[in-house]
Amino acid sequence: MTTKTAPPDTSLTTQIYRVFIRATPQAIWDAITKPEWTERFGYRVRDEYDLRPGGKYRAYANEGMLSMGMPEVTVDGEVIESDPPSKLVVTWRMAMNPKLAAEGFTRLTYEIEEGRGGVSRLSVIHDLTGTPGHAAMVAGDKQGPGEGGGWTWILSDLKTLLESGQAMSNSQGW
Amino acid sequence: MTDDDRVFKALADPTRRFLLDRLFVRDGRTLTELESELEMTRFGVMKHLRILEDAGIVVTRKSGREKLHFLNPVPIRLIHDRWIDKFTERRVSALTDLKRQLEKESA
Repeated sequence: MTTKTAPPDTSLTTQIYRVFIRATPQAIWDAITKPEWTERFGYRVRDEYDLRPGGKYRAYANEGMLSMGMPEVTVDGEVIESDPPSKLVVTWRMAMNPKLAAEGFTRLTYEIEEGRGGVSRLSVIHDLTGTPGHAAMVAGDKQGPGEGGGWTWILSDLKTLLESGQAMSNSQGW
Repeated sequence: MTDDDRVFKALADPTRRFLLDRLFVRDGRTLTELESELEMTRFGVMKHLRILEDAGIVVTRKSGREKLHFLNPVPIRLIHDRWIDKFTERRVSALTDLKRQLEKESA
């Protein structure tokens, strides 16, 4: 492949992840915003939202995490916009890691659109401007192959959970 | 064509893999930026981006008057979970077992 000189690379500012899920927008909305669902996929943490502008958002460590000495609040933030079941915008920060917490808040948007044949489209738009540590983490950069981590893994797991009733093997998570 | 077919087809071309590599390094790029790195007409690059977008591996967003291209790794992950894990897991663990066995014998 012939290439010309590449421009200098700057840090990623926005990351976008999209997945098609055979589920209603409401089912996807519930899976993202209700603790009894958030405990069943991805990092298996309890997410609690006060779904109104300015409302609190917190993710609470599960027992496995607590036993490893992690703090109770893993992620913190605030609800900016809540329009069920199609759009949720929150600020989002890794509170459990002092170095990441010092970077400040990122901005996370979930968009859920109903498609044809009972399939919905979930897009995660994560604005990570000025937060390189968060950017590396949510991209799964810190994980070895097959270890999972980051949005790609979380969304794959969410899809599996909603379509099959059961998430992927927990061996890759906590 | 199934979703998997679209992803495999999209990946089965060196120019498209090159575009994905460029987006992996830094995404949110315009067509003009991507085009500047390839010895190819604007129309050619557009055609390749379209195939990647149809497969869901590239997602575009409007930002002002510009259309930005983002890498979406989720469909590749799903292919990995569905096709690669299944065939590599047993072999990898067989190799790990062999390594352990040989190291034990030489110890």
